[in-house]
Amino acid sequence: MSIVLILEQSLNGLQFGLMLFLLAAGLTLVFGIMDMINLAHGSIYMIGAFLAATLVAATGSFALGVVLAIPATAAIGMLLEVSILRRLYTRDHMSQVLATFALILICNEAVRIIWGSDMALGTPAALSGPIELMPGLFYPAYRLLVIGVGLTVAILLYFIVAKTRIGMRVRAGASNREMAAAMGVDIKLLFTLVFGFGAALCAVAGAMLGPIFAVQVGMGDNILILAFVVIVIGGIGSIRGALIGSVLVGFVDTFGRAFLPALLREILPPQIASAAGTALASILIYVLMAAVLFWKPQGLFPARG
Amino acid sequence: MAETLLGISGLVKRFGGLTATDHVSLEIERGEVHALIGPNGAGKTTLIAQLSGSLASDAGSLTFDQVDISRMPQHERVREGLARSYQITSIFGKFSVLDNLALAVQARSGSSMSFWRSLASETALLDEASALAARVGLGRREAVLAGNLAHGEQRQLEVGLALATRPKLLLLDEPMAGMGPEESARMMELVEKVRAEITVLLVEHDMDAVFRLADRISVMVNGRLIATGLPEEIRGNAEVRKAYLGDEAAA
Amino acid sequence: MQRAATFILLLAALALPLIMRAFDLDYYTSFASRVMIFALAAGSLNLILGYAGMISFGHAAFVGVGTYTAGVMIIEGVPSALIGWPLAMLIAGLLALAIGAMSLRTRGVYFIMITLAFAQMIYYLTNSMKAYGGDEGLSLPGRSTLPLLDLKDDTSFYYVVLAILCVSMLLLSRLVASRFGRVIVAIRENEPRMEAIGYPTRRYKLVCFVIAGAFGGLAGALLANHGNYINPSILHWTQSGNLMIMVVLGGVGYRYGGLIGALTLLGLEEFIANHKVEWMADLWPKYQQHSLLGVGIILLVIVLYAPRGIAGWFDRSRRG
Repeated sequence: MSIVLILEQSLNGLQFGLMLFLLAAGLTLVFGIMDMINLAHGSIYMIGAFLAATLVAATGSFALGVVLAIPATAAIGMLLEVSILRRLYTRDHMSQVLATFALILICNEAVRIIWGSDMALGTPAALSGPIELMPGLFYPAYRLLVIGVGLTVAILLYFIVAKTRIGMRVRAGASNREMAAAMGVDIKLLFTLVFGFGAALCAVAGAMLGPIFAVQVGMGDNILILAFVVIVIGGIGSIRGALIGSVLVGFVDTFGRAFLPALLREILPPQIASAAGTALASILIYVLMAAVLFWKPQGLFPARG
Repeated sequence: MAETLLGISGLVKRFGGLTATDHVSLEIERGEVHALIGPNGAGKTTLIAQLSGSLASDAGSLTFDQVDISRMPQHERVREGLARSYQITSIFGKFSVLDNLALAVQARSGSSMSFWRSLASETALLDEASALAARVGLGRREAVLAGNLAHGEQRQLEVGLALATRPKLLLLDEPMAGMGPEESARMMELVEKVRAEITVLLVEHDMDAVFRLADRISVMVNGRLIATGLPEEIRGNAEVRKAYLGDEAAA
Repeated sequence: MQRAATFILLLAALALPLIMRAFDLDYYTSFASRVMIFALAAGSLNLILGYAGMISFGHAAFVGVGTYTAGVMIIEGVPSALIGWPLAMLIAGLLALAIGAMSLRTRGVYFIMITLAFAQMIYYLTNSMKAYGGDEGLSLPGRSTLPLLDLKDDTSFYYVVLAILCVSMLLLSRLVASRFGRVIVAIRENEPRMEAIGYPTRRYKLVCFVIAGAFGGLAGALLANHGNYINPSILHWTQSGNLMIMVVLGGVGYRYGGLIGALTLLGLEEFIANHKVEWMADLWPKYQQHSLLGVGIILLVIVLYAPRGIAGWFDRSRRG
């Protein structure tokens, strides 16, 4: 278990965590502000990835393709919000869960019909090699880019939400809808924009992660669960909680998968160790979530009382 | 000889930086109608929630009929005989008036971990519920869905639900909220009817009702109890007039 | 009116295999068994979802645990259904007790997430059980055995499933009409007030959760027998979603909600997959591979415009 390996996995954990943050941020905003459980968030992430893959292929440029995919996905997200999702704000959580679950099915099939089951999205040629960060520590350049993008967005988000008037309006909308409306905030428009923003973040995550994981139908389903775990750990409605939660989950998941099987092999016979290792690694984040909820039932930084 | 039914000692509740209940101590005597008054936001409903058990206190203790109930969960306090009604009506809107009351009766008559026997066959429950409905003045509205009742009728049901648990002490949180004079008069009659068997802690803004019904009055301002005593004493108390009654005289 | 309908339904169900045999359509007897098994599973979920109002995304775990219990018993050489099936119910019920005791401390979305988390844990655990097929699952050497009956025969199996479904539905419907049932529905209506009139609400929700889990386990045991194999995919959270779709489609909180939903969903899928509608095929050649699109649209429409499902639509007068 060398230092190089630990550092490498730490970077992986950070990278995964930051991308999770992009999803979790949108999710927690929608939940915190509109009080809506949106299971279709993973589907928007998938659509973002597919759009990115298409646009990259069409323009021949990775950067251009990704950049164009962002507003395209945001537009689709806002379209969904205006046509279907806004009818759910006043409904109970169960209806929201079921309706957005229906959207998952619809989106998965729609994507399959339009694009097929998967699409190729390769790392941009310029970044396909490794960079030597430290003597002996080689790390893929592309993943460094992902980390960079993640950090940039995180800082931007913090700035927007905490320091600007838009951010203040968003937070006001979160805590008291009627009062915000009385203060002249157009709630409907605000919600649509928040949704669009969340969709844009999904697009960034989808495009960035596309070359690392595959761009395929159903890619949103599993990452959606992780995003929910993150916002539950972090506290619903809290961007700060989403960031800390995602980095935590990113690290725990990555380290778990990387080191747990090896660790168990020290104490248990090999056949049990490998099976137990993979199982344990998969359930580790759920154990983490249960533990956090046990200690802090509303998550680490609940935004709402 | 005044016997303490509910002993409240040093009760505290904080919400972040706000102290909603500030070391409240009070003794409710058996058989009395004790009114709790105070301006809006004084913390009266918070106190009621702490007494009934739906809100955990940060400090202080409670004894009910010699039993320490400080840590007791709400449903157990109800079993001990401590029931409350809500300021904001909280009933079972999709059930009929009769079914609402039957639910409360069911809670204290036998086990509800009964999975086979049809509830419709339990005539004793329904009879008692019927009697209760009549008692609170809803005798002719038994079959109506609670959600379809007029506001005043809902408030009557609200109190009826608490009465159905056969309490020793009834915490009434603004039973006359939103009621016109005729409905308020009916509610006052109801309190008069039950006071013989049940001790009442009455939170109210309607000063007319308070001074007519109460044996003793306590005044709460900003989470603290500033005075307790007979109605005339309270009326004459300068601090109380300044903090509260002055505003009410105009109202 | 209800009794007459029930009676007719029962007669039709009893006659079905004979009719199918007569038309040389035995496949549908097996299909009907599958519908009934899912009707039981959905019906058990309806108890928590419809009557208690608890959204649990982990119900597939109980069904799956039942499947694996029954399957493992057969594999390990104890094929008797009289042992395996009650055991499946017991283990599923105990699991529900454990999960419920921990999850019911939470509310709302936290409850959903915790039930989901536990279900995922079970899913990953079964995925790693190499002895029983791991992530690929395992075929069973045969079905469970009952004295006097040969369950390998699809018709016999059908009647056994029918009998179990009928008894279960009878029990569940008595449950709903009992004191306990009333308490559960009232808790869903106004939980704080139930506490305030003296009910330990968490205890009741837990018992409800356990009962639902046990019946889910029974459905799982039957499922293992029907398909003659066990596979972790039955435990995936999307399967919980599937069950929820059936309940919502059929009618949340309605007595026959699970049955109607299972019949509709599985019937629809069966129809789309195996019966090519010519004019649709002309418009859209590959439509049969995309039945989930139709399912999703129907579910969305129901949630938005007919939230009380099919049963609710037919019942305009009564409350659920």
